[in-house]
Amino acid sequence: MATEPVSLQIYLACGTLLFVMGLHALVVRRHLLLKILAINIMGSGIFMVLLGVAAGGDGGVDPVPHALVITGIVVALSATAVALVLMLRVKAATGLARLPRSGPED
Amino acid sequence: MPLAAVMADVLLAPWLVILPLAGALLAGLWPAAARWWGLLTALLTPVMALLLALQVHAQGPVILDLGGWAPPLGITLVVDGLASLMVLMTAGVGLAISLYALGYLGGTDRGRWFWVLWLWLWAAMNALYLSGDVFNLYVTLELVVLASVALVALAGGAAPLVAAMRYLLVSLLGSMAYLMGVALLYGAYGTLDLQGLGAQVVLSSAPMLAAVLMTVGLLAKSALFPLHVWLPPAHGSAPAPVSAALSALVVKVSFYLILRLWLTVFPALPLSGLDVLMGALAAGAVLWGGLMALRAPRLKQVVAYSTVAQVGYLFLLFPFLRAHPEGWKAVVFFAVAHGVAKAAVFLAAGTLQRAAGHDRLAELGAVMRGRLKTSFALGIAGAGLVGLPFTGGFIAKWLLVQTALEAGLWIWALVVLGGGLLAGAYVFRLLGPAFEPGPADRGRPLPAVMEWVPLALALLTIGLGFAGSPALSLLARTLAGGGG
Repeated sequence: MATEPVSLQIYLACGTLLFVMGLHALVVRRHLLLKILAINIMGSGIFMVLLGVAAGGDGGVDPVPHALVITGIVVALSATAVALVLMLRVKAATGLARLPRSGPED
Repeated sequence: MPLAAVMADVLLAPWLVILPLAGALLAGLWPAAARWWGLLTALLTPVMALLLALQVHAQGPVILDLGGWAPPLGITLVVDGLASLMVLMTAGVGLAISLYALGYLGGTDRGRWFWVLWLWLWAAMNALYLSGDVFNLYVTLELVVLASVALVALAGGAAPLVAAMRYLLVSLLGSMAYLMGVALLYGAYGTLDLQGLGAQVVLSSAPMLAAVLMTVGLLAKSALFPLHVWLPPAHGSAPAPVSAALSALVVKVSFYLILRLWLTVFPALPLSGLDVLMGALAAGAVLWGGLMALRAPRLKQVVAYSTVAQVGYLFLLFPFLRAHPEGWKAVVFFAVAHGVAKAAVFLAAGTLQRAAGHDRLAELGAVMRGRLKTSFALGIAGAGLVGLPFTGGFIAKWLLVQTALEAGLWIWALVVLGGGLLAGAYVFRLLGPAFEPGPADRGRPLPAVMEWVPLALALLTIGLGFAGSPALSLLARTLAGGGG
């Protein structure tokens, strides 16, 4: 691990940064479209970490993380599609594309 | 056992995914017959699940490389005692939910989508229980989430849609945290296989970070207090068969995954501190869920808050994992007992709600007196939630208390017993209206199946009271971690 090239560490650091930025936006932003985008940014951060992992091993590029990223993109696409449809339905039913602020406890 | 000898060479595990998946596709392609495809699948899958459990019980755990493809390219199924018990519970409760849905949804347009999504959810849950690597677990986890969210949204209307949206966002956040953990584990060890990871994980920063990310992400999905706020609206506003599926089965999925990870992948990591924290959250869940169930005005809300409370018991897992090598088995038996009892309560609640046209607890008395079979089912299943003798809940809580006392953790035994008192209070509150004097009224006419299925499940709760030892001997055939 100590001999990792600097470019690999940039990938890992940027991936982690994207993950944290997405997490921040998911919590702070109220518009549902921004929340859905935030989750996608978190996903991109994870994919970037995986790509860094793929390049980091000895003896060439490891193909397994690439397969994981491709599968992960398909899953993220499906989840985003469901989330967008649901957002449109929420907008149609409540008039707002955001979750009501009041606590759901009652 | 001649049956076991005949079954020895039959490959059962893949069928538990193929059958419900085929049912879902057929129900989608042939909407007019959707419910008959659903019924056929619901009848066949439990048979397979039972045979699988018998096979595991007779032969011990099996690891299958599908199509002869070895990992990391192929998909591995791990069939052991824990997996087959969860598949069996899903099958039993799933059969009841399917029969009930035949009456509840009839041939409506909404019913047609219910079958596609519900069978899809069933296939995804079975695939998750049988998966042998952390990435396939991620994919199946997402399938479970997408199907469950769509099922919640099926009710239409503003409240269920908002509940579904909140549920989806929390679940996706949890999935992302989990996936980051998968990336860290692969980066550190170069494998995704549960057993392979378990053999390599040692105490260092990468697996610690992965364990924290994965556990917290899955906690949000299991709705452990204080990450529970999405659960009551989602479970309370869904159609009755969906509420039952979510509360009885889907909550157990993320619990199972946490258990599997700590049992197989992370046994080398220290639990000190984590056990106290999780035990405190569990106690908080039992207390807060119980108190909210005592003041919720509507029947299904009371039942949903009861799930918040009962999820607390599941996470006594962490103190038990640290202190008692067999402790997790008590928690798994509790998960099974709760699954059956909670499904019965939600289905009975759905029958009363449909008969009365509402579920305001204070005004349900007449219908509860008119629908005695259903009220009786509510009472027995409620006794199972409280843990009264002769129910599965009693054996489950007995095992929990026994484990806690054997490990010298009397404080968690007090949590279990105190939670039982709270559960007793809210279950009597549920049944209270039935015992007030007043007229009896059967309410709107309903298909008979909506009365018989909750009753049958409630009686199964009593049956589970005698299933403690077979369940534990099945669980003894579980693959533990590489570290021991």
